[in-house]
This record gives sequence, C-alpha cells and structure tokens, in this order.
Amino acid sequence: MSSVATDMHHDHDHEHHENNNVFGFWVYLMTDCLLFASFFATYAVLFMNTAGGVSGKDIFELDFVAVETAALLLSSITFGFAMIAAHKQNKGGTLLWLAVTWVFGAVFIGMEIYEFHHLIVHGNGPDTSAFLTAFFSLVGLHGLHVTSGLIWMTILIIEVMRRGLPDKTVTRLSCLSLFWHFLDIVWICVFTVVYLMGAL
Amino acid sequence: MSQHDSHAVSHANDHGDVKSYVIGFVLSVILTVIPFWMVMEGDFSKGTTIWSIVTLGLVQIWVHLKYFLHLNFVTEDGRASTFSFLFSALIIFMVVGLSVWIIYESNAMMMY
Repeated sequence: MSSVATDMHHDHDHEHHENNNVFGFWVYLMTDCLLFASFFATYAVLFMNTAGGVSGKDIFELDFVAVETAALLLSSITFGFAMIAAHKQNKGGTLLWLAVTWVFGAVFIGMEIYEFHHLIVHGNGPDTSAFLTAFFSLVGLHGLHVTSGLIWMTILIIEVMRRGLPDKTVTRLSCLSLFWHFLDIVWICVFTVVYLMGAL
Repeated sequence: MSQHDSHAVSHANDHGDVKSYVIGFVLSVILTVIPFWMVMEGDFSKGTTIWSIVTLGLVQIWVHLKYFLHLNFVTEDGRASTFSFLFSALIIFMVVGLSVWIIYESNAMMMY
C-alpha cells in the first residue's frame, strides 16, 4: 500500500516536472512573440516607403498566398492528430501524422522560397526599397522559424522511430506542437497585415 | 475514483481531442476564406474591408489559442499559460500600437 502511495506521488511529481518543461517552452514562445511584434512594427512603419519601386499591390498574388495558408492550416490539424496518437501511445499513428505534417510544412516553405526567388530575379530583392527590406525580413523570419520546426520534426520522427513514445519524447513532441501552432498564429497576422492589407 | 475521473478530464482539456481539433479547423477555414474572398472578390469599401479582416484575424487567433493551443482558465497549467499570453499581448499592443501611432503622427506633422 505504502509503495503504491509512493508511486503515485512519484507519478504526480513526474507529471508536474513535464508540465513545467512545456510551460517553460511556452514562456520562450511569448518572448518570440515580442520578436515578431517588433518586426511587425517595423513593417507597419516602412511599408509605404517603396522608393519609387513596386508596392504590395503590384507583387502580392493572393491565390498563391491562399494555397500557402491552406498548407499551414492543414499541417496544424494533422499535428493535432499526431499529438492525440502520441498521448494514446500509438507509435504508427504518431509517425504517420508527423510525416503528413512535415510534407505540408515543406510545401509551405517550398512555395515561400519560390515566391522570394521570383521576386529577386525580377529585380524586387530586399535591397530595392525599405518596403521590400521589411517584407523580406518579416516573412523570412517566419519562414526561418518554420524551417527550424521542420528540422526539429525530422529529429523527433527519428527519435520516435528508434525509442517509441516514452514520457520524455511526448514532452518534446508537446513543445514542438506548441511551436507549430504558434507559427500558424503568426501566419494569420502575416497574411492579414502584409498580404491582404497590402493588396487592397 | 472521482479524483481519477477529474484527473482524466483535466488531461483531456490540456491535450484536446479529435472533436476540438476538427471544430478549430472548420472555424479557421471559415475565418480564412471570408477575408480572402472580401479582398479578392468582394465589392466593399476600403474601410469596411480593413476593419472586417482585422476583426476576423483576431477571432481566428482566439480560435487557434482555444482549440489548438488549449489555453483556458480552468486548469492550473492552462491559467498560467493564458496569463503569460495576456501579458505578452499587452506588451505587443504597446510595442506595435504605440510605435505605429508615434511614427504616423510625426509623419503627418512633417507633411503638413
């Protein structure tokens, strides 16, 4: 009896410790929010300074952005399914949904690289005007975050394949899940403020 | 037993289930399609469009926080995350909102 009680106490402590890890990661994400906020403030201040070059109206293609948005949104729900599978200790399901999420994330990044490349070869690189500097910095910062998310996801897929789903791995997946959903929220701000308002 | 049940409930609240993810996804799709449609096809005045897409964007952020990130005021962890988010939102409002206000005012004073 006493050993059961000790075990329960131990479990509780263990869980508390994991929740602390996830909460700590959440606090980091809040500081990351501030980084994005300062990039948004810079964009809001500079977006009219096109130096006689193109403005958002000339270069933004909304149907392209709509597909990017769809890819990111789909990757959010598939990551949710991966987490549900992970909490049920369903290794196959977790790996499958993580792989689907990875593919949607890669589609998003591929499209963003295509867009940046397209702009630069047409002479609208980040060195052209303050507007384009701010645009490349803000959208590029989000793209870098998604890219690091993809690298992190690759590592966790390998970890789950090798070790299965012990508590530590599920905690790591929970942190990446927060990161991934957080980036989707930042993208809502990007498509609303940069693309939709810019195309008006 | 009852303690075990309440633990299971709080567990479900923290991680979400298929239903909550699907509700969040469907709401997000609706809240994404409307602003894109308003800008691409809609025949509204500029002011109406801007206020609508900003409002819909804020509602969609709330949907993501509730259904994907499971922020809540119910569990202890949910409360800690929610309050740290609200604090960040306040700082963000000050950093972005007040910077934009200052710069636009000084811009207006230089021009006229």
